[in-house]
Formats: sequence, C-alpha cells, structure tokens
Amino acid sequence: MVKHAKPKGFYDTFERKSSQGGPESETTHYCPGCGHGTVHKLIAEALEDFGIKDRTVFLSPVGCSVFAYYYFDTGNIQCSHGRAPAVGTGVIRSLDDAVVISYQGDGDLAGIGTAEIVHAANRGENMAVFFVNNAIYGMTGGQLAPTTLLGQETTTTPLGRLADREGGPIHMSEMLDALDGPAFIERTSLSNAAGVMKTRKAVRKALTNQVERRGFSFVEILSPCPVGWKLTPIQSRIWIKDNMETIFQVKRFRDREEGSRGTGRMPLMGDEELKELLGSDHGEEARKGENLETECRVKIAGFGGQGVMSAGVLLANTAIGEGLEATWLPSYGPEMRGGTANASVVISDEPVGSPVVNRPTTLLAMNGPSLDSLEDSVITGGLIVVNSSLINRKVRRDDVKVVYAPVSDMAAEAGFLKGANVVMLSLYLLEKGVPGIQTLKTVIPKSIKKKELVEVNLKLVKAAEEFHAS
Amino acid sequence: MRKVLIKGNDAIVRGALLGGATHFFGYPITPASEIAQGAANLFTRSGRTFLQAESETSAINMIYGAASTGARVMTASSGPGVALMLEGLSYLAGAELPSVIVDVQRAGPGLGNIWPEQSDYNMCCKGGGHGSFHNIVLAPSSGQEMTDFAYRAFDIADAYRMTVIILTDAYVGQMMEPVGFPSAVRHGARKSWAVYGDESSRQNLISSIVMNQTGMAELNIMLQEKYARAARDLTDWDEIETEDAEFLLIAFGITSRVASTAVSHLRENGLKVGLLRPKTLFPFPSERIAELAGQVNLMAVAELNNGMMAQDVELAVRGGCDVRKYNWYGGMVPSADELASRVREDFNG
Ligand SMILES: Cc1ncc(C[n+]2csc(CCOP(=O)(O)OP(=O)(O)O)c2C)c(N)n1
Ligand code: SF4
Repeated sequence: MVKHAKPKGFYDTFERKSSQGGPESETTHYCPGCGHGTVHKLIAEALEDFGIKDRTVFLSPVGCSVFAYYYFDTGNIQCSHGRAPAVGTGVIRSLDDAVVISYQGDGDLAGIGTAEIVHAANRGENMAVFFVNNAIYGMTGGQLAPTTLLGQETTTTPLGRLADREGGPIHMSEMLDALDGPAFIERTSLSNAAGVMKTRKAVRKALTNQVERRGFSFVEILSPCPVGWKLTPIQSRIWIKDNMETIFQVKRFRDREEGSRGTGRMPLMGDEELKELLGSDHGEEARKGENLETECRVKIAGFGGQGVMSAGVLLANTAIGEGLEATWLPSYGPEMRGGTANASVVISDEPVGSPVVNRPTTLLAMNGPSLDSLEDSVITGGLIVVNSSLINRKVRRDDVKVVYAPVSDMAAEAGFLKGANVVMLSLYLLEKGVPGIQTLKTVIPKSIKKKELVEVNLKLVKAAEEFHAS
Repeated sequence: MRKVLIKGNDAIVRGALLGGATHFFGYPITPASEIAQGAANLFTRSGRTFLQAESETSAINMIYGAASTGARVMTASSGPGVALMLEGLSYLAGAELPSVIVDVQRAGPGLGNIWPEQSDYNMCCKGGGHGSFHNIVLAPSSGQEMTDFAYRAFDIADAYRMTVIILTDAYVGQMMEPVGFPSAVRHGARKSWAVYGDESSRQNLISSIVMNQTGMAELNIMLQEKYARAARDLTDWDEIETEDAEFLLIAFGITSRVASTAVSHLRENGLKVGLLRPKTLFPFPSERIAELAGQVNLMAVAELNNGMMAQDVELAVRGGCDVRKYNWYGGMVPSADELASRVREDFNG
C-alpha cells in the first residue's frame, strides 16, 4: 500500500478514486503486498524526477491496474484489454514529443494482447512498456495466466497447470528479444529490496529512453499477487525468488544505447500543396453536353492484359469530355487472375442510375471466350464489335449489328500490340458518332500516363479511321 | 466545378484529406483495399500519417489512441474487418471519441465473397458492439458523395464526438465516376477534452469505465440525448418522383442507383412510383417515411440483405402501410428491369 512519502508523480489526493465511491482518497485500491503499488511508486518518482509529467501519456490496461489513472498526474487514457500497445502507437504517431507509457499485466499483454505487443515492439514504437508479471489473473479472481507456472494452482487450473493441457509459461522478454525493433529489454523481480532497486533502475532507463527517443523499451517485472496466490505478502516474495525466478531468468536482454528513432514522416504539406498533390483543381470543367438518343451501356471484354479496363476508362473520359455523364465499373478480384476481364461503361445525357450492365447495348469482344459468354446478353438492335484477329467464328445472332475488325493485327502492324484496345474503342466511337473520335484524340494525351506512348496511340486511332472509311 | 473520373474508393481518400484527416490506420481487404493504398500514397506524401496495422483490432485501437490526442483519424475495411473492430467501436462510443470508418460492404456471412451486399446494415446502424451506443451512418451512392461525405464526416465526428461510418458497397467503391472536389481544406481544432501531452491537457482522461451504477447510467442517458440531437440535426435523404407517388421504393447505396433507373422506366409506363433514398441510415428518416405511409398504397424496400432496413421502415410506418421486401444476396445486384418488374407485379396487386 502506498501511504507515506507519496511521490510527486502521483496526484496529491486520489479524487478519481473517491469519486467512484472509494472510501479513502490517499491510498491506492491495490491489496496489501501487491506489486502494482511498488511499480506505480517507482514510475511516479521517475516522472517527477525527470520533469516529464506534462509530456507523459499514461495508458491504463484492463486488469488490477485498470485504475492506474486514479494515481498518475499525467495525461491518461484507459484502454481495452490487451490493446494498449496499439493505442500507444496511435498516440505516438500523433504526439511527436510525448512520453508514452503502456502499463500492462500478464493476461493483458501475454494473453489477449499478444499480437499488439509483438507488433508494437517489432516496429520499435517510442514507448515504455511496464509488464507486471504476477503469473495470474488478479482482477478476475486468480485464473490461469499465460505466465502461470507448471503445477501452479489457479481457479481455472484447480489441479495445477499441466503442460499437456495448457502448455508451459510464456517468456515474453525472450520472445521480444528475437525481434530487431526493441531498444531495451530487461526482466527484473520484486522478490527483495535489491530487486526493487534494480527495477527502479530499469524503469528509469526505459523512461530516459523515451526522453531520448531511443525507441521501444520493455521492462518485465516479476511481481507478487498475495491474494491470487493465497499467500502472505512475505511468503509471496519468497515464492517469487524460489519459483518464478527459476523459470523466468532475471536479466537485461538488450540495451541499445546508440541511435534515436525518428517519426518516419515526410514534411507536412500546406493546403495549396495538398490540393496540388490531390489534383483536386484539375479535370474537366463540367458542362452540359450533347443529347444522346438513348443511354449507351457498353461492355468491353477480353483477356487480362488486353487493356479492357483502360479502354473503358478512356471511353468514360471521352464521354465526360463531351459533357456527358459516365460510369465505369470493372470486374475485379480473383476473377481477374483467371484471365478474362470486363469493364462496364454507361454513357448518358442525364445522371447515370444503375452502373451495372446486364444487357449491353454494345459488346466490344476482344477475345473468343468474351464473345461466347456475352453474345446473348446484347439487346436486340445492339452492336457487337468482334476482334477478328483472335475470334474466327461469326456472331450467331441476326438481330444485332456486327462489325468484324482485326484490331490485334492492326495494333501489331503499328508496332504496338497492347494498343488493340484503342483500335477497338476508336471503332466503337466511329460507329456511334457520339461521343466522337475527335474528343478521344484530345483525351489520349491527357489520360495516358506514359507520354512516349501518346503518339503511337494517336496513330492507332488513325488506323481505325482508315479501316472504318474503307 | 472541375471533375475527374475517379474510383469511389479513391474519391473517399481525397475527400478525407480535404476534410482534414491526418491519420489513417488500416488493414487490407477486398473491395476496400484501394482506400488503404490511396491513403498510403497520399497521406504519406502530404506529411500525414499512414500505418498498416497488424489486424483490424489493432487498427481500431490505433484510431482510439490517435483520436484521444484530438487527431482526425480514419480507417477503411469491409465486413469481416469491421466485425473485428466492434470492440473498438464500443470503446470509442463510451469514451466519446470522434473517428471515421469506411465499410465497403461485401457479401457474407463468414468470408463470403468480394461482391456487393448491404448486410452490414445492422452491424453498423445498430451500434454493433457492447452497450447502448450508436454510430452516425452515412450512405453514399455515387463517387461524388464518396468525396462529399468523407469531407464532411470529420466535422460531424468532432461535433458529436462520435464515430461516423461511411457505409458503402463494393460497386460504389469500385465504380469510376466524374467527381468534383471541395475547394477549401478543413482542419480540426484543438479539443478541450483531448490528451496532448502538454501542461494544459494534463488533467484530461480518456476512458469508458465508470465504476458506479448512477454514473454509468448518466453517461448512457447523455449518449441517448446526443443521438436524439443527431436525429434532429443530421437526418438526410433524397426523394425522386414522390409528390404523387402511389408506390414508394426505398433503397440506399448501389441499390438506390438501380432503383432510380427502375423508377424512370416505370414512370414512362405511367406507374406512379417514387423513390426515397436515405443518405443517413443512422439517424434514419423515419418521420418522412411515416408521412409518406399516409400517401402511398404500398412501400417496398430493395436491399442486398435479408431485409434489415425494411425492419426500420416497418418500425417507422407502424403498420400504417404494407411494406414489401425485395432482397438479393451473394453479390447479385438486380438490373433495373428486374427491379421494375418486381414493382410492376406488386403495383398491379
Ligand atoms: C475482452 C475482455 N475479456 C475479458 C475481460 C475480463 N478481465 C478483466 S481483467 C482480466 C485479466 C487481467 O489479468 P492481468 O492482465 O494478469 O492483470 P492483473 O489483474 O493480474 O494485474 C480479464 C480476463 C475483459 N475486461 N475484457
Ligand atoms: S489481486 Fe493481486 S494483482 Fe490484483 S491488486 Fe490484489 S494483489 Fe494486486
């Protein structure tokens, strides 16, 4: 119990505790002989000595120390069970100068929160973690913890922990020592006064590391829980010495003294620079375009790699370039890996309702499987453009208009096979008239990212024009 | 306004940055991954923070941490990931922390598939996690609304100290449309309650634990009052052809796009059908729907789930009007023709 010579890192009186109905406001809520009180005191002392109370953000876990915020005169955040290292990551990514302390028990850190602690450690987050290992769940009534010793009786291992059933105690310091991220790892023990002094040093080291921005610092403290262990405070300290210290080696695992950890952030952009980055002032000025006779619902389909997606984007951009409305919807996900892909484009002179194209007015078939699967879906009176370089059958239907064009050969002839999609798209525009081929010519230089490819694409448009004219 | 052709998912990232977002913590999942990828590029380059978390559980807790420091913070995911975030959403609600979460819905349950459903409606609109809480839920149906809602979401989240969920779907996320951007960049202000690691915020505590019954009850009552205020001030919806409608369709997100096409077909055939499209799902436009229940003969709720929004509609009309349920699952999105023929059948009784 912390009663006398209270360190200045604590509040003068524990108002938050009494406001929750606690009887006294000068003592902690911990049981007599509990290690949490000792560790709290060591931290509070260091906060005051280092003059870092204002800078400190203290994360309270779920466990007996859930109310740590009753005591520490710092910024305080209470976290959900096991997640404090993730919460601390969010804090430190926002407050460059903060000293972040994550205070956790063994259920919190080594059980439910294993992923969070491992990854925070691996990233080397600037935070000091104080891991109070009391080999038991104190808060919920003395149940099995991941650190419970073999043979140890708990309320959920009434016959003692059995390796064949529960596995053995987890060694967190050793586990984290396998990672490159941490700057400092030490396991200490509260079994006697010398151990407390060593713990004091380790606590101060971990906090100094935060002031110096050295990175992730981890102190595991073997700590008594007389109530959970059903021992007296004195017996508890002996039990740590005799039982815990033989399983959990008291040792400094790592002390990386050199170097400091930066934020990894680029310089902050102002508003104008941000808008430039987003290109939010770019694009086409919206205007009212031509009227369309009917909404065009176009499906462009082919192998992955034939550029059906980008042909769709070009088509939509060409429509927008004429003041029309357009939507583009891709096929996506695993089906893309299977080889065939399709893009649906809807062009309208009014805001587009459904972007889903089940019954296309036009099918641009770049390969055989696309024609096979989509031929029947085209509306009566619709249009099918067939890439006759790769499709050697005729369209079976006689209620649609069909154009056969060797678009792959035409593209290959121009020395740019990948441009077959542009030939196909050009033929569609030439067939329809709206949106027009002239607009495509202005869209290509703006939409094609590789500038050296603009010219060859314009050449392909021309080839399509010649084909159409003949 | 200048417009660019852009994916809904990319429109979200741009709207968020213009809306003052400074932090993004995420975990990839189809069909939301472009949002994380876009944020990784644009948040990083602009000197904001992007971090890929080890799980959605961690991502939402990083959000909890950054929100505690007053930052404008967001993530994006899809059903399986949002489900993992529910613990965090409950803590955010209890601690009254503002945040913005995008759910690009896919089909469920379980791993389901990557095509659109709207089956996260209950999870997002009813709180979803532990306790009597709600999130504000915005339902964009176009690329433009993806940007506009993301832009506004941070102001709303800050004003109400609540999580704002942008509940969209695989098609609205994957679809490209012309989008114009707001011209002013917004910024969050310093918050009196946040923890900044400085002297003047040192006394602040972020917490959701109240270890006595009356105190916890008071917090809950205060939250409910806040939700009632949100209902008064934020409820938003769109109507098409409702003035003389005898039949009302109700739909949101991608389904509302299909429905608007269906309505114009049906009108061409002389059927007096209208569409109500909620833009906020929580708060829900119950009052307006109740009003329309007195006007129309029949309502139908079209949605890609087992009738989740239809339940809210039934609650709103309190038996005052028959409510039909048109449901699709598994990533099947109806065509406008299919939807129109369902309406025609019911219209003609
Ligand atoms: C998600 C969740 N699961 C379970 C609990 C219940 N619970 C509270 S404290 C605790 C164990 C804490 O043990 P430990 O971390 O060892 O801390 P100690 O109490 O021993 O200091 C558990 C399981 C909870 N609060 N939240
Ligand atoms: S139960 Fe154990 S850990 Fe919890 S306060 Fe009591 S002695 Fe400390």
